[in-house]
Amino acid sequence: MSASAATHSLSNQVGQLARRSVLRTLRQPAQIVPALIFPLFLLAVNSGGLKDATHLPGFPTDSYLTFALAVPFMQGALFSVMNSGTDLARDIETGFLNRLALTPLRGAALLSGLLAGTIVLGLLQGVTYLTVGLIAGAELAAGPGGALVIIALAVSITVAFGTIGLFAALRTGTGEAIQGLFPVFFVFLFLSSMALPLELIQTDWYRAIATANPVSYLLGAFRSLLIEGWELDKLALGFGIAAAVLAIGMFAASAALKTRLVRT
Amino acid sequence: MNAAEVRPAGFRAIALAVAWRSIHNFLTNPAFLVPALVFPLFFFVSFAGGLSAIANVPGFDFPTGYTAFQFVFVLLQSAAFGGVFTGFGIARDFETGFARRYLLAASNRGGIVAGYALAALIRAFVTWTVLTTVALVAGMNIGGSAGEIVALYALAILVNVAATMWSAGVAMRVRSIQGGPLMQFPTFLILFLAPVYVPLTLLTGWIHTVASINPVTALLEAGRGFISGDPTVVLLAFAVAFALPLLFALWAKAGLRRAEAAG
Repeated sequence: MSASAATHSLSNQVGQLARRSVLRTLRQPAQIVPALIFPLFLLAVNSGGLKDATHLPGFPTDSYLTFALAVPFMQGALFSVMNSGTDLARDIETGFLNRLALTPLRGAALLSGLLAGTIVLGLLQGVTYLTVGLIAGAELAAGPGGALVIIALAVSITVAFGTIGLFAALRTGTGEAIQGLFPVFFVFLFLSSMALPLELIQTDWYRAIATANPVSYLLGAFRSLLIEGWELDKLALGFGIAAAVLAIGMFAASAALKTRLVRT
Repeated sequence: MNAAEVRPAGFRAIALAVAWRSIHNFLTNPAFLVPALVFPLFFFVSFAGGLSAIANVPGFDFPTGYTAFQFVFVLLQSAAFGGVFTGFGIARDFETGFARRYLLAASNRGGIVAGYALAALIRAFVTWTVLTTVALVAGMNIGGSAGEIVALYALAILVNVAATMWSAGVAMRVRSIQGGPLMQFPTFLILFLAPVYVPLTLLTGWIHTVASINPVTALLEAGRGFISGDPTVVLLAFAVAFALPLLFALWAKAGLRRAEAAG
């Protein structure tokens, strides 16, 4: 392979953009700190305030902290939508994407590289939430191996949601519009089995929405490792949903990238 | 009319002018109006709908049901966040330079703050009308008398004024929308460190300790007492509800002096 070809190889392109994405994420405490602190604060408040829910007949554990520990991983994924989207929107607003469009960079390299910062953030979030949760007294029924799977699932979901941020940024082109998406994604989180297991939600229409909401099954995958041990069907469902979101997000972002590059 | 007859606008005229502009912006811009209406409804639906099983927890004994129990929290929360969102507007006015024109034009600058507070209150009334209607349609039970319900909304009004004064004080010091988290996070923190999901008596551990000394707890307990027709800690709640706006009015006044000094 010639030197020129090597320079332009897909892996090289991805590597360059990934390095930039990771450095940019690590250099922005304003992105990292809220993504770590806010979910842990809510975990502390909810696990204290809803402790008595464990007395409800059929509640799967006697530790609400263990039950609630699944939630920060999902909140962290929501932050990844904002962070990945805001970073790309800034590249669009500052004209950086236009300059990239003049290079032989491939679309797949651009999108994959941009997600590198999201992977690092997802890893950081996953390790932090799990460590703090276990120190605070949460149980981990699946043991040390389960911890690794929880981190892997957290990173998978964070990256999958990150592609939605990329898509939104490419469609709207403004950071302000991305920030406006935050409440929309919070609705998905709240209308799920976030606070109570599906079987214990009494309001029929609410339970119907929560049952149809994929977030409930992502939470279920985390909870299976924390509360029950190794429930392969729940894990497969969790990883499957993450893979589906990733595939749909990447497809949508690729299409939006083509449209945006045509526009420019 | 000659120039000698032109009198500077007084406190009331300034307050009304500032309030009118803020309310006009709020009601005509969906980006401001929709979140103000949707968020409280969303919290109400999530808490009252999704957590209704909490009413079955041993020791939970709220006579008018979990919907009414959560309505009081969401009412007070929307009151507080109505004030915070008004603070965002003040910060935005400073960022765009509009607030400086207010400072130049107004002879009585206290009227500017009063105008923002009036606007916050009116937008809160809009939100509460929608929230209360939805709650009643959803079948919320009310055990309190008309006077007790008026007292509940009086508490909400005082919370709204307190939050507006707090946020105005921050906005006039920072004079940028980047000060938003400084307005929002402490408000969020103090609200959620109160007995949100269950009564104080059912809380245990550190959250019980914190909630016991949190002034918002008295407001919540009194509000829940009013809606269920069983008034409790009324004097303490109103003492807190009057003290907070006064305290934060001093904070806002000092913030105004800072903004004036900054030019």
